Amino acid sequence: MTLKTEPFVLNFGPVHPSTHGVYRMRATLDGEVILDIEPVFGYLHRGIEKLAEERTYTGFIPLTDRLDYISSMSNNMAYCMAVEKLTGITVPERAEYLRVIIAELQRLANHCIAIGSFFNDAGAYFTPFLYMFREREKILDLFDMLSGQRLTYNYMRIGGFTQDIPDEFLPAVRKLLDTLPKFLDEYEFFIKENEVLLARAKGVGVLSREIAVNCGISGPVARASGIDWDLRKADPYSIYDRFEFDIPTCENGDCYDRYRVRFMEMRQSLRIIEQAVKDIPAGPVRSDVPHLVRPPAGEAYAHIESPKGELGFYVVSDDSIAPYRCHVRPTSLINLAALREMVRGWKVADLILIFGSIDICLGEVDR
Amino acid sequence: MTIPDVYIASLPMGATPPDWPGGYWWHWLFFSVVLIAFLLVMVMAAIYIERRGMGRMQSRLGPNRAGPFGLLQPVADVIKVLLKENIVPDNADKIVHWLAPVIAFVPVAMIFAVVPFRDGAMLVDLDVGILYVIAASSIATIGVFMAGWGSSNKYSLLGAMRNVAAVVSYEIPLALSVIGTVLITGTMSLNGIVLAQDIPYILLQPLGFLIFFIAGCAEINRSPFDLMEADSELVAGFHTEYSGMKFALFYLVEYAEAIVISAIITTLFLSGWKGPWLPPWLWFIIKTLIVFFVMVWTRTTLPRVRIDQLMSLAWKFLFPLALINLFITAIQVLVWPDGLPWVAIIINIAIMVVLVVAWSKFFKLGWGRLEV
Repeated sequence: MTLKTEPFVLNFGPVHPSTHGVYRMRATLDGEVILDIEPVFGYLHRGIEKLAEERTYTGFIPLTDRLDYISSMSNNMAYCMAVEKLTGITVPERAEYLRVIIAELQRLANHCIAIGSFFNDAGAYFTPFLYMFREREKILDLFDMLSGQRLTYNYMRIGGFTQDIPDEFLPAVRKLLDTLPKFLDEYEFFIKENEVLLARAKGVGVLSREIAVNCGISGPVARASGIDWDLRKADPYSIYDRFEFDIPTCENGDCYDRYRVRFMEMRQSLRIIEQAVKDIPAGPVRSDVPHLVRPPAGEAYAHIESPKGELGFYVVSDDSIAPYRCHVRPTSLINLAALREMVRGWKVADLILIFGSIDICLGEVDR
Repeated sequence: MTIPDVYIASLPMGATPPDWPGGYWWHWLFFSVVLIAFLLVMVMAAIYIERRGMGRMQSRLGPNRAGPFGLLQPVADVIKVLLKENIVPDNADKIVHWLAPVIAFVPVAMIFAVVPFRDGAMLVDLDVGILYVIAASSIATIGVFMAGWGSSNKYSLLGAMRNVAAVVSYEIPLALSVIGTVLITGTMSLNGIVLAQDIPYILLQPLGFLIFFIAGCAEINRSPFDLMEADSELVAGFHTEYSGMKFALFYLVEYAEAIVISAIITTLFLSGWKGPWLPPWLWFIIKTLIVFFVMVWTRTTLPRVRIDQLMSLAWKFLFPLALINLFITAIQVLVWPDGLPWVAIIINIAIMVVLVVAWSKFFKLGWGRLEV
């Protein structure tokens, strides 16, 4: 006997516990198997790029916090670098070191959320998530010390920082460097060989090297597929060329590898912070920049390796106090490009897992 | 003797009702009230243990505002949920939607009729107690499926379909793993099984216990098999469209099922109400809550499996192992007809370890990607 069956459409989102915000996927299902998905963006669109044209160059910095709000400091940094490049401002030595320390701390905080919510999507009921959040809190405390904020910092300025770090900041970072590796070892010990996780994540949602390159995918997602591409090495910005660190890559490009790459990156970030804290010089943290930055007419593009991948800011100036155009190269949006290829043929549960393993932030997708 | 002990002792207890006029109805009324009250109190205890225990395991506090140590939190939850608006979706099948929580709850409460709290303290000592338990526990699925179908919500329907698939598959290893115990004791009455347990059968039937525990967890949708309400995939699964008291009933069913399975495991494998010093009913409650705590523990520890992995776990892993367990137990009963000696414990534990390791080496879970 053959039953007449037909595929049906199921909406994941925009209000759904596992879409990491207000992403929406219209999935066509055959029972549990995913035949096709169609992403729908824009539920969190705030017109941030347009808003930039109405503000001064400095006045746009708080809005960059709202792009990828999981790693606001990285957004600050990329935008400030773009304007500095446009204006020709150099950043003092101490500020460069601080930017590296802060960017790497931000990477740690971001990967804490990425790994934690990955396990949550896998169905581990909040336990791995909350332990990661506990450690993230410590990093947020550090940022709180710097800027008085815990999520949207608005700490960096064009040409440096708002103010110098407090005296207790560097000892606190050293303390974190002592405790975090132990936590990571312990965490990895409990998670790495978990039979259910291996069954769920290994070989699931494979992103091949070719598709990753063709879709312009960057960051840990690309490195899990074996692409040795990290802007900190490929196009060293700031002072990353002074530090010793590796770019971890994996070969398979499945969900398990994407989780593992993030874990290895966290250890490398700790290495960078350790070196930077050791070498950080004294001096000013902000170069002489006028209150209203007025770059000469022209354009500049600066990109950094944000925790999620290549984050770029393209700023065009028409010799006024506000940008003529400001475009963001959103890591999260471009990393989502291959989602359809990755999830076709897998089950509903895998869709959530694969989606979680890409680690997106809706603030950046919709802007 | 404690007060409940005196009370129970003053009753003409036993599986048979007292022979004075109307004795049957007195027996029936007393036990119905006691069992429902017991179930509700146990559910409250279970919710408290789950939330506080999970809080400790997840490096947070858990509820601690209502009453001392948050002990009144379940009460507060009940009051909150009673006051909530009852929303029925426009497209829902109203009658089915209304009936589903009731049909899900009643069989779970029915199961307790055959669980002994001490020697003979049960509503009815059925000769086929185990069959009754397995039969009644599978009725709850109909309620869940009605909820999924009647809500006219795709998440609910997916969750309900998963639940039906899981329960139909896991009934078989569940039933087969119990037969080992039945072979050794020669009775299907739960009281008879407890009376026969000089040593807890978790030692004589370790593989049976393991299979029963896993299949039981899958049957009642405890994590890592909580696919029917997988919160990260299906929002809330079959009870997505439920609110107010009807949602509370499903919530109640979820914990009541967990308590029932814990009670059955206690009775079958942990020598039920038997134990030194403490009164039997207290032993029974303690053991039940310990088994429930293990379920909480697995819930906080493991990620969720996928639906095809759930199915292959039942058919490729638990089903053959249950058959092998049955075969080995049958041989042992044949060799030692007067009761299994201590050496059988060592043999059975060794067999369990070998089999589980071998099966997990040779069998892969799930299918992987399908070409579409």
